[in-house]
Amino acid sequence: MLPWLLAAALLAVVVLTAPVLGRHLYAVFDDRPQPAWDRWLTPLESGLLRWIGETGRPADSPWGYLLPLLISNALFGLVALALLVWQPTWLNPLGFGGLRWDLALHTTLSFLTNTDQQHLIPEQSLGNLAQLGAMQFLMFVSAATGLAVGFAVIRGFSGRPLGNFYRDLLRALSRVLIPASLLLALFLLVSGVPMTLASPLEITTLEGGQQWLPRGPIALFEAIKQLGENGGGFVSANAAHPYENPTLLTNLVSTWAMLIIPAATIDAFGRFVGNRRQSSLLLVLVFGLLIAGAVVAMAAEQAGNPLLSSWISGGNLQGKELRFGTGLTGLYATVTTGTMTGAVNGAIDAAMPLTILTALFNLFLQVVFGGQGTGMAYLLVFALLAVFLTGLMVGRTPEFLGRKVEKAQVVWASLVLLIHPLFVLIPAALTLAGGPSWAGISNPGSHGISQVVYEYASAAANNGSGLEGLGDGTPWWNLSASLSLLGGRYLPIAALVALADGVRRKPALEPSPGTLRTDTGLFTGVTAVVLVILGALTFFPVLALGPIAEALTLAS
Amino acid sequence: MPTSTRVLFPRMPRGPRQERRYLERPRQQGLLQRAIVEAFRKLDPRLAVANPVMFVVWCGTVLCLALTIEPRLLDAAAGARERGFNALISLTLLATLLFANFAEALAEGRGKAQADALRRTQARTQARRQLPDGSIELVDSSALRRGDVVLVQGGDVIPADGEVIAGVASVDESAITGESAPVLKEAGSDVAGSVTGGTRILSDQLTLRISADPGKGFIDRMIALVEGAERSKTPNEIALTVLLAVLTQVFLIAVATLSPVAGFLQKPPSVVTLVALLVALIPTTIGGLLSAIGIAGMDRVAQFNVIATSGRAVEACGDVNTLVLDKTGTITLGNRLAEEFLPVGGYSSAELAVVAYGASCFDQTPEGRSIVRLAEKLGAALPFEPASASGIDFSARTRMSGSDSADGIEFRKGAVDAIKGFVRSRGGVVPDQLDQCFEQVSRLGGTPLAVCRGAELYGVIYLKDIIKPGIRERFDQLRRMGIRTVMLTGDNPITAGVIAREAGVDDFIAEATPEDKIAVIQQEQKLGKLVAMTGDGSNDAPALAQANVGVAMNSGTQAAKEAANMVDLDSDPTKLIDIVTIGKQLLITRGALTTFSIANDIAKYFAILPALFAGVGLQALNVMRLASPQSAILSAMVFNALIIPALVPLALKGVKFRPLSAEQLLRRNLLVYGAGGVVAPFIGIKLIDLAIGALRLI
Repeated sequence: MLPWLLAAALLAVVVLTAPVLGRHLYAVFDDRPQPAWDRWLTPLESGLLRWIGETGRPADSPWGYLLPLLISNALFGLVALALLVWQPTWLNPLGFGGLRWDLALHTTLSFLTNTDQQHLIPEQSLGNLAQLGAMQFLMFVSAATGLAVGFAVIRGFSGRPLGNFYRDLLRALSRVLIPASLLLALFLLVSGVPMTLASPLEITTLEGGQQWLPRGPIALFEAIKQLGENGGGFVSANAAHPYENPTLLTNLVSTWAMLIIPAATIDAFGRFVGNRRQSSLLLVLVFGLLIAGAVVAMAAEQAGNPLLSSWISGGNLQGKELRFGTGLTGLYATVTTGTMTGAVNGAIDAAMPLTILTALFNLFLQVVFGGQGTGMAYLLVFALLAVFLTGLMVGRTPEFLGRKVEKAQVVWASLVLLIHPLFVLIPAALTLAGGPSWAGISNPGSHGISQVVYEYASAAANNGSGLEGLGDGTPWWNLSASLSLLGGRYLPIAALVALADGVRRKPALEPSPGTLRTDTGLFTGVTAVVLVILGALTFFPVLALGPIAEALTLAS
Repeated sequence: MPTSTRVLFPRMPRGPRQERRYLERPRQQGLLQRAIVEAFRKLDPRLAVANPVMFVVWCGTVLCLALTIEPRLLDAAAGARERGFNALISLTLLATLLFANFAEALAEGRGKAQADALRRTQARTQARRQLPDGSIELVDSSALRRGDVVLVQGGDVIPADGEVIAGVASVDESAITGESAPVLKEAGSDVAGSVTGGTRILSDQLTLRISADPGKGFIDRMIALVEGAERSKTPNEIALTVLLAVLTQVFLIAVATLSPVAGFLQKPPSVVTLVALLVALIPTTIGGLLSAIGIAGMDRVAQFNVIATSGRAVEACGDVNTLVLDKTGTITLGNRLAEEFLPVGGYSSAELAVVAYGASCFDQTPEGRSIVRLAEKLGAALPFEPASASGIDFSARTRMSGSDSADGIEFRKGAVDAIKGFVRSRGGVVPDQLDQCFEQVSRLGGTPLAVCRGAELYGVIYLKDIIKPGIRERFDQLRRMGIRTVMLTGDNPITAGVIAREAGVDDFIAEATPEDKIAVIQQEQKLGKLVAMTGDGSNDAPALAQANVGVAMNSGTQAAKEAANMVDLDSDPTKLIDIVTIGKQLLITRGALTTFSIANDIAKYFAILPALFAGVGLQALNVMRLASPQSAILSAMVFNALIIPALVPLALKGVKFRPLSAEQLLRRNLLVYGAGGVVAPFIGIKLIDLAIGALRLI
């Protein structure tokens, strides 16, 4: 019972805190009057902008927004890649060498795309300089890039100019991500998370053996990992490790931290379009999907494997951190896949098939809050498609937020729809065609299919979690997953920005009784159905062959 | 302005609409046969490739046919016994294609039949062309060019569209309008000054300036339009095609990658079953019916005796936010009738009647004639000898008309302020009582016409406006659909206000000039609204061109017809409201069938997936308890094929439109086509499965 109450309390706290941060995000990204505490940042930001030669003027074309995004991201990536390939000895107490090129490439792209899929064991391959200068740096800028895109799209849908990418990136960092991470890091520090540059601790275990405990500047790393929906662990065990997630309270707070910025983004959207009812209904929709998934996963984990129930009681304990238990691990798995964080506090590979089904479903939909900033944009795409499909049924060219949905919008929205299957199903099919023993698939049958599909879905959705039984440290995995990472990040971003730019140029129409209202319960329900049909129906065959077949086999 | 002839139609439609059809109803028998033949002809890959969704089905059919002939073509392990199943799947796929082609051919058929009938009126004729030096030469009608001057005499077929530059004649226009009563054509008249090629002049002689090159005349345009030769996809249709193509692409990826994924479980499905899954998932229902819906929409407009220049115009009708309507002929009956004489300045009603008679004896408008009738009823006689008097026509500048008797006495009637000015200019005095009469009439919603005899003001004629029965209900419906109505009238503001209130329009513009029309349209468009209007006069042409939907009356001028994107052959301005409904119906039908088609996928998954991977442990997903895997796949395919002809009547007739609010419409259509689309295939597939079992097909 306790996990359910905690989960309910947690979601209630998210609902209560989202409008607070939502108002702040609105102020930051719509240039509203600032609260006193961050007013002093303005000269700093404009100084920085001047230093890189930027005027800060809003882009007047999609390219005007996208080009700075691509250039800056390429630069960030190159810096990180260099640090990984030539790991210097400075701040590298264990003297780790450079990474193999394909692993370095995958790791860089993975953190650059806000995914944080890790094909390496960080505490055994990365020194503190790489962790801070490459990994943590990319965590901040990739989350800021996502937020910038999300708010550029929101601006487009509310009829404003798209904005200036550099300015958005800076403000996302200086006024949202850095202060929030510092606060969260402080809390984690107090809760016992290390924040040190000292070398690993050498201890003698109770059995008298020697053990090295890797330490590092984990608290801040952990904070941005959760808040920025990054998910890459400082240590391989991720949030199941006591240094990353020491107590039940830190576990709950870090679950809250994954949800708060995306929930606040939806709230801010309502403020942008001047229709809080619209954003509240979208929040209800997303929370509904999240709760449905959480109930399935938590119940499945608590029930455990029916074939083992005569021997083991207490649910599915394999791959669980006992401090958190089955229920809260199920909740964490749902939230981490829904929000595209990808942090884990237990092994998803060892979870029940229904939990894996929930996780995959979240990865396919990409809107159960979805990626930092981009999740909101995906939600708008699905709402737009729902308007287009059902809006015709009221007998006029569909309108969304007062703007007509016409060919250009449908083209861009459909393109977003096409990208995910392309970068998930095709590489998965290629990998599976090699057979069970090839490519390090550690399970035969349905679970093997889940492992492979999950890996690419996680990469293309920029999530980062994985069914880690997979031997994914090979050039094949590094390179093929890199393609999915890039395709799943930058193609949708380009399409979303182009879509938003087209929308903002349309005249805003006054609603009439003949206009299909999108801020109603009915339409929210329609959006949910369209979301599931368009977003997940494509993946139904692989879901059926993977987790569904596994679940049915267990049940029979 | 009050007695403007601009809105008076020389020929108002008569009789029930069905009997006014200009073309015989195409015979059903011929249509079906023609459509069946066309359905096979459209299997030609060069034609099939135009529809991406159905082209995927086409490719799948070819593949399955090949696998029927040689089952081992792609899989050496396949047994020859699969040939029967492959053949059945190929047949259902072929049927799907043919049904879709049939739907399109059936929709085109009507238009083609109408085009054939129109072509028969287009026999080549000889024309008498007048050369610049005045001499006449006989040329073939196809040799006429724009700007040529020709003479036509009684009995001739008019060789091409043109403007009358001299002469008066009656013309039989039944070939295009179905109206058997001849129409008077004369030079210089705004409305009666244009003739259409293919119509027949009955008597007298006209001199015409040809206004259209051969092949570009009104009838040629009509033929091209009803035949669908110029049919280009409408914006919404293009957007929907894009979405359907992308969905097809997505499902193509999903199915194509399924083979290796299932191969990992050592259970690779056969190619034919994968094709079946693909065809079941891609939106074939809407893909097959999409073009038929568009063509049928154009055809429904044509059945209303309206010729639309493009499907885009019909679709735009559904989006219209504002209707700009002329009061006269649309909201009120075209003819205002004299109801009462209100004398002023001490004159009696009888004296006023005599002067009004005098001012109206040359006025051939229905209003003028009604004044004469009322005067005669009151026992008035003409105060002068008509043969020696001369008539003064109404003009928009003077806003009055009347007659001058042989002894120079000026009888005038017209807008109250115009007559006031006239009386003052002749040195007369305007009695205060006039303004009371003016207000009295205006408050009744009538039009006051002042009457004077030289400098003496006699009084006011009360012209009663009769609001068309049922028009208020129609405006209420429009309001519920979110459409605003704006009434334009030349009446004074008080009269206009009264009529507007009685008719239930949302807004009105009184004392409107043609320029006001454009101003109103531009103002609405600036707010992002789509505006529809009707018009007939030459001075309406700019407004017709400015409006998003301009409907010209067939009785109108050539300029108006060219500027408009629809021409109403019945010249009934009320029809704009019907056309809006058709436009909405077109969009609703498209949306409803798309929703239905996509919602069907859920049931199809539950039929095909467990069958496809029988050995993987997905039996629990076989919620319909279908007999065998092969029967399940075949049932889904048969359902997929049969649903197309089952929906053809709906596609051609259109979803019934109800004037409800968007929310109510959405709720209703979602229930019928969304929920129905989820449930129907579960029932349909199960029934087909039972039938297949009973027939022992597999």
